[in-house]
Amino acid sequence: MFEHIRSFASHFFVTGEPMIYASDVAIVLFLVGIIFTLTYLKKWKWLWREWITTVDHKKIGIMYLISALLMMFRGGVDALLMRTQLALPNQTFLDAEHYNQIFTTHGTIMILFMAMPFLFALFNIAVPLQLGARDVAFPFLNSVSFWLFFFGALLFNLSFVIGGSPDAGWTSYPPLTELGFDKGPGENFYLLGIQISGIGSMATGINFLVTILKMRAPGMTLMRLPLFCWSVVASCIIIIFAFPALTVALALLLIDRVADAHFFTMLHGGNPMMFINLFWIWGHPEVYIVVLPAYGIYSEVVSTFSGKKIFGYKTMVISLMIISVVSYFVWAHHYFTMGASAGVNSFFAVASMLIGIPTGVKVFNWLFTMFRGRIQLKLPMLWTLAFIPCFAMGGATGIMLAVAPADYQYHNSYFLIAHFHQTLIGGVAFGLLAGMYYWWPKMFGFSLNERLGRWAFWFFNIGFYVCFMPQYFLGFMGMTRRVYTYSGDTGWTSFNFISSIGAYLMGIGFLFIVVQVLYSIKYGERDLTGDPWNGRTLEWAIASPAPHYNFAHIPEVTERDAWWDMKARGESLIKVNQRMAFKPIHMPKNSGLPFIMAVFFFISGFGFVFNWYWMAALGLLGVGICMIVRSNNRDSEYYIPAEDVEKTEAALGRV
Amino acid sequence: MNGSTQKHALFPIKNVIGFGLSLLLTFVAIALGVSHALAFGPVMMIIMGLAVLQIIVQLFFFMHFTESDGPAYHIIGLAIGIINTIAIIAGTLWIMTFNSQVH
Amino acid sequence: MSTLNHYKEPEKQSHSTTSELLEYQRHDGPLNILGFWIFLATDLLLFACLFATYLVIRTHVDGGPTDKDLFEIPGFTIETILLLASSFTGSLAVYEMRHNDKKRLLGWLVVTVLLGLGFIGIEVSEFLSYIREGATMQRSAFLSAFFTLVGTHGSHVSLGIIWMISIIRQVAKYGIEPINARKVFIIGLYWHFLDIVWIFIFTVVYMTGVVS
Repeated sequence: MFEHIRSFASHFFVTGEPMIYASDVAIVLFLVGIIFTLTYLKKWKWLWREWITTVDHKKIGIMYLISALLMMFRGGVDALLMRTQLALPNQTFLDAEHYNQIFTTHGTIMILFMAMPFLFALFNIAVPLQLGARDVAFPFLNSVSFWLFFFGALLFNLSFVIGGSPDAGWTSYPPLTELGFDKGPGENFYLLGIQISGIGSMATGINFLVTILKMRAPGMTLMRLPLFCWSVVASCIIIIFAFPALTVALALLLIDRVADAHFFTMLHGGNPMMFINLFWIWGHPEVYIVVLPAYGIYSEVVSTFSGKKIFGYKTMVISLMIISVVSYFVWAHHYFTMGASAGVNSFFAVASMLIGIPTGVKVFNWLFTMFRGRIQLKLPMLWTLAFIPCFAMGGATGIMLAVAPADYQYHNSYFLIAHFHQTLIGGVAFGLLAGMYYWWPKMFGFSLNERLGRWAFWFFNIGFYVCFMPQYFLGFMGMTRRVYTYSGDTGWTSFNFISSIGAYLMGIGFLFIVVQVLYSIKYGERDLTGDPWNGRTLEWAIASPAPHYNFAHIPEVTERDAWWDMKARGESLIKVNQRMAFKPIHMPKNSGLPFIMAVFFFISGFGFVFNWYWMAALGLLGVGICMIVRSNNRDSEYYIPAEDVEKTEAALGRV
Repeated sequence: MNGSTQKHALFPIKNVIGFGLSLLLTFVAIALGVSHALAFGPVMMIIMGLAVLQIIVQLFFFMHFTESDGPAYHIIGLAIGIINTIAIIAGTLWIMTFNSQVH
Repeated sequence: MSTLNHYKEPEKQSHSTTSELLEYQRHDGPLNILGFWIFLATDLLLFACLFATYLVIRTHVDGGPTDKDLFEIPGFTIETILLLASSFTGSLAVYEMRHNDKKRLLGWLVVTVLLGLGFIGIEVSEFLSYIREGATMQRSAFLSAFFTLVGTHGSHVSLGIIWMISIIRQVAKYGIEPINARKVFIIGLYWHFLDIVWIFIFTVVYMTGVVS
């Protein structure tokens, strides 16, 4: 019996790797620490009532943000391990297998479990407030989305200590990922973790699209919508039309693996390239899903910190919409080297280059917004300024990659690695950080320390160029992606060494952000006005942090930049509070069901990972029961009495 | 659109016509397929056209497609969805015929 | 009264038809209906990917049975007629709901469920007969794609049946009121959508197999 358990455990848990043992200890200590603290402070009920069951978009946003920052830490550690391994030739710090696992988890986590939740954090925090709404269209579904993301990410990360990490790259191409070549459960963790969180992402896309289309404050026509909301519309359109392709690609690969089907196998007529085709039908639009909201953030930030309305609002909207449609016609540029016909490659090359035009329009609009503005170099603005040259360069190398014949030279080399890191870090991560700094006071009621933020900014930025510029050259010198080591006579040593230094500088930058957050929790400047940046949109018209119901009275909008316009007229929501009587406010009730449902999804996913079908079936049954319970629930709303609203507003000093 | 909510006088004429049309379209498709009157290409072209007509029947006779509260955003959404559907299917077929000689 | 969806847009007046309809009367009615239309668009894309996959590997039979060998006209014709009929009865349910006739609404929903069950029954027996002939999902890429595409539609229909039974129970309990009206309308959309998908399975999978 004991032998039996021991043999099971040695397969079930990842063994034989000192670094993983150390992590096991760290994870256990961390969990014990959390459980102890919560029990000691008697916070379990608080955790359940205030956070786990919440349907409040602001709290869900904060939970997304915390998860995203944790995932950024893990993805960043992965990156540093890789750069340590590659700093010098012929290193044995990591072996090939371990290196494969690390680049796989780095890529998957950074895109799907860092960038996506970080964006959803900002969607949740800013969109309803900018619209003058009291919550999103489907608050319950919003909570479901978050918990699906959370448990999807948990399932994926669990592979680190149980079963073994996936090791076929974040793109997970067959036939390598077919059962014949990849027995381990790692690949299953990848397929199911992403699948579960992907359902949540799709729901978020629908949710925010409907919110923006149907829940705008009176007078806020579509052409008065803040640009961040427009960018969310564009991003959601891509989410809802691109994610199904990922769902199908992953599902078919899973069917191949668990049911022995032949979609992408080498035998029995399977076609591995079909997975690659489906994957990129989602995969390329995905980069626009993450970058378009970042454009929206830059637009808000540039306008606010230049003290001017955005230059060329209409062209901004039009270019967002064009990108969201054209992004759908470029996917084949990820596999020009497959050998499709010249017509195919030409079409997708030209379509890819076309995206540069609307993007260029936006860059000029940002520059013209700054022109003759009173620019304040606060942290969000700093990151925005850093974004423009960085992204322009990343875009230019993107055009180089889009030239199909030339791509045969660059394909899967470090040139490509440098390119997409420049667009995804310079475009997306900078934007996410700008957005985090920008809306932080609205989320938490205090600003983040500027001085520490500047240290973080400079370390991260200088580190970025030191890290990635050499990689362009390495690409030209023939270094391909995903190699775990190289010999000294390739001549790649010096560039690799410089690149690794840059990676560590970025790591120090991240540590500064951590210190900055911790320092500011204690010493950060409290935001008592609700409008620390002299903002232009409605989220700055209310207190920081926003009360549960957001707006005691829904504002009337008469202009673009509604709050700026109100200030110009000497109007404010405090005056509205004084003028008008308070009324009861209709709100959705909290619910534990989304959490429970996501737990069942997790159980089901875990069952599929290890081919324990009884467990998978049990999980799905639980999901079904949760849905029926929800469908039959007729008590999901309540009213906040008018007196309570008045009391809350009075406590905030707003009557 | 049957807007009135009170009286029960009317016969659901629209729904019955829709059902009749959908059956008719199906039988025409089957008859065309069975008769071998035309070659594969033209037959497929015609029955794909019939399938598109079936969508229109479902949308307008059964699904109350034109009803909306405020601007008809769902029509725009569905239109983009159909464009993307065509893009996926046509694009995939175009791209993936690269090695059709192999199989 | 102030609600989550506080604001009615000015353009709304031009589409006054919905303002009388029960399913649009609560604040969440229009939101859920628009949200569901958008969900249908995503589901359309899901099927588009499955159709694309099917079309790419339709001829990859690996020496096994082809579509022409397998498909038989009576079977899929009956399935088609059953599903078309259920789509029709589903639309009658909404029609009766809008005429405030609870009994007939329930009746048509039950008929729709029964027709759906009939469809699923025939599909399952069709699948079983293929499997008996050795045409399993594991046999070739073509069969993997066939079973997955048609099976995904079938599982959508099965889910729809369970969902519809839950709604029948709620209508029986609470009668025709705004929440139930919204639910009946939305399941109607879902059901008609599955009919549209089936028409394309009928055309792209079955008719193509028969004609080729």
